[in-house]
Amino acid sequence: MTKILRMSLRATILLPLLLLANPVSAATSYGTTLTSPVTPSRVTGADGFIPRWLLLEPIPVNGLTESAVQAMVKKQWFPDQFTVIPKDGQTEAVDDSTLTWHAVDTRLYNVNLYHFAHSLKKPTSNVLFWAVTIVNSPREMKDVRLAIGSNAASVWWLNGEEVVGIYNDRQTVIDDGVSRRLTLKKGPNVVRAAVVNGGGATDFCARFLDENDKPIAGLTITLSRPH
Amino acid sequence: MATMLAIPACARALNGDVGIHDPSTITYDDGKYYVYGTGGGPLVSDDGWTWRRGTVPSRTGAAPDVIHIGDKYFMYIARGYQQPKADVMMIWSKSLDPNSPDYKWNDGGVVASSDGEEDSNAIDPGAFLDPTTGRLWLVYGSYFGYIRLVELDPKTGMRKDPKSKPINLAINCEASDMIYHDGWYYLLATHGSCCAGTSSGYNIRMGRSRHVTGPFLDAEGVDMIQGGGTELIGSGQRKVGPGHFGLLDLGNGVQKFSMHWEADLDRGGASVLDIRPLLWKDGWPVAGENPKEGTYEIHSVHTGTSLAMAVEGSPVGGGRMRQGPGLGPIGVGRPGAGQAGGTRGARPANGGSSGGGGQRAGGGPRPGGGIFGGTGSPIADQTAASVDANWPAGDTGASMENYQLQAQQKWQITAVPDAGGYPGAPYFKITVAGTDRALAATADGELVVRASFTGTPEQLWRLDQLSDGSWRIMPKSQANLKDGMALSAIGASFPTLSKFNAKSDMQHWLLKTP
Repeated sequence: MTKILRMSLRATILLPLLLLANPVSAATSYGTTLTSPVTPSRVTGADGFIPRWLLLEPIPVNGLTESAVQAMVKKQWFPDQFTVIPKDGQTEAVDDSTLTWHAVDTRLYNVNLYHFAHSLKKPTSNVLFWAVTIVNSPREMKDVRLAIGSNAASVWWLNGEEVVGIYNDRQTVIDDGVSRRLTLKKGPNVVRAAVVNGGGATDFCARFLDENDKPIAGLTITLSRPH
Repeated sequence: MATMLAIPACARALNGDVGIHDPSTITYDDGKYYVYGTGGGPLVSDDGWTWRRGTVPSRTGAAPDVIHIGDKYFMYIARGYQQPKADVMMIWSKSLDPNSPDYKWNDGGVVASSDGEEDSNAIDPGAFLDPTTGRLWLVYGSYFGYIRLVELDPKTGMRKDPKSKPINLAINCEASDMIYHDGWYYLLATHGSCCAGTSSGYNIRMGRSRHVTGPFLDAEGVDMIQGGGTELIGSGQRKVGPGHFGLLDLGNGVQKFSMHWEADLDRGGASVLDIRPLLWKDGWPVAGENPKEGTYEIHSVHTGTSLAMAVEGSPVGGGRMRQGPGLGPIGVGRPGAGQAGGTRGARPANGGSSGGGGQRAGGGPRPGGGIFGGTGSPIADQTAASVDANWPAGDTGASMENYQLQAQQKWQITAVPDAGGYPGAPYFKITVAGTDRALAATADGELVVRASFTGTPEQLWRLDQLSDGSWRIMPKSQANLKDGMALSAIGASFPTLSKFNAKSDMQHWLLKTP
């Protein structure tokens, strides 16, 4: 791993292809679609989807209605739950459990939470997932929107402000929930989500749309703020 | 007059003084719409909805047409003798506004004639500028013979070659006009008898051709020169005898057409101007409808979801839902039963069952029971009154949802008197059915549902039927908003306002019976 991290930038760009070609990898897999990151950052592609996240192991909950989910996310499950930028492997004490944050890269447009939880032998039904990532914008961008889809309900925050909520039993649809017009700051912007699943499959996808409702490519995704 | 006032505004053919016969194509000049009819009969409007008498031009006659090319407005108008001897005369002005220093009608002269012997009656001119070639054409004629075509000079408005022989295009019709769309030329003409009030047989028919010179075949393949013609619009809705088609292209993919009704029953059988949306289907024009008051589901073509007030909905008839995996058989229960955090808005509506295990409303268990067995009796429509106790009292947001027949998903569209309008229709308010909660635009280009309707411009809506039959919905208020902002389904669950783009279905909405 250390050697890999010292590879040249060009090699780093090629790394995902090498990892796919070589089953012997240092990356941890979470099912068939998620792996632990092996590069310092990723960049959103033409479709704009955010490919890198920190995921907290699931918290048992019940309820998908707006009122149930809103009450759920307002409960303090762990310290600094609306401000923490956790490190990979960091743990949180939640009720009587110790839950771990995992850094993941997704190979697809979406983040498959079922793969995530199932691979960790954690429950996938009636659970709450917390997710965090950092979107680094090369410049201030006004009139952008955070556009998400989730299975099932989810609530989303940008830089601490709640900007999207979708509720009830639903499947992930690209751009299902869309925020009002927002401003992405130059530099790091924290995107945080709470995704609640009732039963069955669970996943989410998220991207930013520009002022013309087109996906924003070229945003650098990291899991820690620059020093 | 009292009868007229009692008629809902949206059911009328326009508003104000709209008496006219044989109207010209409606022409826009410096903020006003102008239309001219037989005997002068000009009308003018600031918004295309409310009309008033205009200024009679220097020459009057029968059934004029007007076209704007460059810095000139060319008017073609018939000078009749003893039919079928007639001339089509041209006059021109640089403005249609009598208050403009450029307003002055100049005589151009004769551009087409019929000598009284030939199979032609040189009246009812219709001017057409070919968008593919820039060539200017004039169709004219009536029942005494052929509908004919001659070429004009777009710089002068006069006949390009006075010695050229007119081309015969159609028979058994009059009041012709031509338009171009997607590789086809369309000849629109009026069939039936005119000038007979409610006995008029006027109706507008059409054929199309790949060439401006024809042949123009109708949808059945019959040449209009043999009497063919597919109907665009006939009598109906308390109005008789549509005639004298004129294209009103509002740009950005929105087209309408003008015409007169020979007799409008709501106006005592008078001949009146009207404007209708022009739709297209399978390569043919279709007469659309101006918006009608009523209760609708406002359904996004883009997402398949529907506009709603952003409140937590109440299942119609009470909740019956499938239980989660591993939680036992499918059954009837309160939505969210067993879920944390309560179920705001989930009280039963209209006395519908909200729980139980498959009990008939009137007694014993129904066959099968469970969610698939229903309640055993009809479930009433959900009204706002039955669920609004769960709704916040003040302003709320707007959302989009899978349509589930819930009260916050049904919208009442109502014309607002004296609030102005746009070509063909007045402004409307859009309220949650059974309430005064009004959809409104915000200054930052988003949407809100106000607790009550106050009549401010951001609560007034323009509804234009688009070429595919769906609707564009735009706020009257443009203050602090970009021009052309329309209701937009940017996400499956989120509506906003964004600049209208005819090529995107994000701003195409269906008004469906709820």
